[in-house]
Amino acid sequence: MRYSLRRVLWEGLRGQSGWKPAWREPEKRDSYDVVIVGGGGHGLATAYYLAREQGISNVAVLERSRLGLGNVGRNTTIIRSNYLLPGNIPFYEHSLKLWEGLEQEINYNAMVSQRGVLNLFHSDGQRDAFARRGNAMRLAGVDAELLGAAEVKAMAPLLAMENTRFPILGGLLQRRGGTVRHDAVAWGYARAADARGVDILQNCEVTGIRVEGGRAVGVGTTRGPIRAGKIGLACAGRSSQVAAMAGLRLPIESHVLQAFVSEGLKPLIDCVVTFGAGHFYISQSDKGGLVFGGNIDGYNSYAARGNLPLVEEVAEEAMAVMPRLGRLRVLRSWGGIMDMTMDGSPIIDRTPVEGLYLNAGWCYGGFKATPASGWCFAYTIAQGRPHALNAALSLDRFATGALVDEAGTGAQPNHH
Amino acid sequence: MRIDCPHCGPRDRREFSYRGAVLPLPEPGAADEAWFAHVYLRDNPAGPIEEYWQHEGGCRAWLVATRDTISHRIHAVRAAAAR
Ligand SMILES: Cc1cc2nc3c(=O)[nH]c(=O)nc-3n(C[C@H](O)[C@H](O)[C@H](O)COP(=O)(O)OP(=O)(O)OC[C@H]3O[C@@H](n4cnc5c(N)ncnc54)[C@H](O)[C@@H]3O)c2cc1C
Ligand SMILES: [Zn+2]
Repeated sequence: MRYSLRRVLWEGLRGQSGWKPAWREPEKRDSYDVVIVGGGGHGLATAYYLAREQGISNVAVLERSRLGLGNVGRNTTIIRSNYLLPGNIPFYEHSLKLWEGLEQEINYNAMVSQRGVLNLFHSDGQRDAFARRGNAMRLAGVDAELLGAAEVKAMAPLLAMENTRFPILGGLLQRRGGTVRHDAVAWGYARAADARGVDILQNCEVTGIRVEGGRAVGVGTTRGPIRAGKIGLACAGRSSQVAAMAGLRLPIESHVLQAFVSEGLKPLIDCVVTFGAGHFYISQSDKGGLVFGGNIDGYNSYAARGNLPLVEEVAEEAMAVMPRLGRLRVLRSWGGIMDMTMDGSPIIDRTPVEGLYLNAGWCYGGFKATPASGWCFAYTIAQGRPHALNAALSLDRFATGALVDEAGTGAQPNHH
Repeated sequence: MRIDCPHCGPRDRREFSYRGAVLPLPEPGAADEAWFAHVYLRDNPAGPIEEYWQHEGGCRAWLVATRDTISHRIHAVRAAAAR
């Protein structure tokens, strides 16, 4: 069913009786050309691009619970491509370009809003670092503008420009960055993949990976075994555990990241603002709530909830950058499990097990990557080798030393 | 989350810095693969894990805590020096 204004009006006239579920609940088949483990944004996008770009539609996506309950439905919805390193910039820019055309392509309103991402800087050294990042972006054909304090103030009047400890000296602005309705991304890709013949199997947890003679040939699941020509893992925070089913040990630790939403307000902040003296980001949802977050808690965790010290830290940062937020009530807070890598960058690659492919290590920045991740992972699975866009995001870079370390903090996942 | 420092007693998590999983150190002359695995690869268990916490805001001792990564419950703490 195509969604359109005419359809909305027509259904309004006949009591909304004609809508159909956006995807099927198919019976499991015994065998697929490709099985994707994990029905988050990345798994669903991979299935969609396998069908659309690679011509492989005999595909199943296996999800242990229901679609959208993982990180794809827990993130703070920010998209951007303001990266520094050559291995990252073209990949994230490809993602932003795919976001720009996504809604028309899949006929689904994902509320892609290019409202701008403004990274504040608070010292001369940080200004230099941001100028360098902006230049790297512009050299790669990505939009970036370095703003002075007056321009920042005009853009976001709520900011505490004169904070004694962390004065705002300016910001690096990417106007094409913004936010996307996260659940709609899962639903939209699911519907589009389903329409191209992909089977989405919910409540189907993978419990084992069958390897014969060094080759992955199928998976065991809570709904019975499934044979597969190729297997792609896209399990976000659970990557280590699922990869261990095939005997792999990954350069990944799982950490918890929290996020918060305030009571609904009238329009207050019309872009995404990040505080550079700590780690704090905030935007306003179309419903009016302020959506914000900060750092990971900093210790390994598989609990989708964090602890109070981080709540306090986030609140302090909010007060430092926008003191007026102090009068607000927080409605909800929650957590998600992040697959933090040893250099802070993701992995889209083959594995030492033939026929087994890995999409993991998204840290806390994987939502923005969803389209390009699916696009590149589909290519890598179908062609059996990485695309130029994800060539630097290899699994063996940790052994060869070709790390992609944006923060430059080394092999300490809790510092990326 | 509170950590029961063997020297100082139970203290708030804010006083401690996380220093990662306790991993066996390879022999100095071990092959590159052993050092690579030590620096980069992790078991990353869902369940109990032995890890280093440093009581930075207290006695500054390095501790080994056995903590459950699913419940965040800490089952045991000892001084890292007390092997
Ligand atoms: C609080 C928070 C804020 C964030 N903010 C941002 C942001 O502003 N911008 C940004 O770019 N990124 C952000 N992120 C990161 C982003 O959400 C993740 O990197 C990204 O969603 C991960 O990919 P995914 O959507 O495929 O993950 P998920 O949705 O978690 O998908 C993985 C799926 O695999 C399934 N699975 C696991 N094990 C198995 C198994 N054995 N069998 C079957 N299925 C299995 C899980 O149930 C899950 O549904 C944030 C994350 C969090 C938690
Ligand atoms: Zn102590």
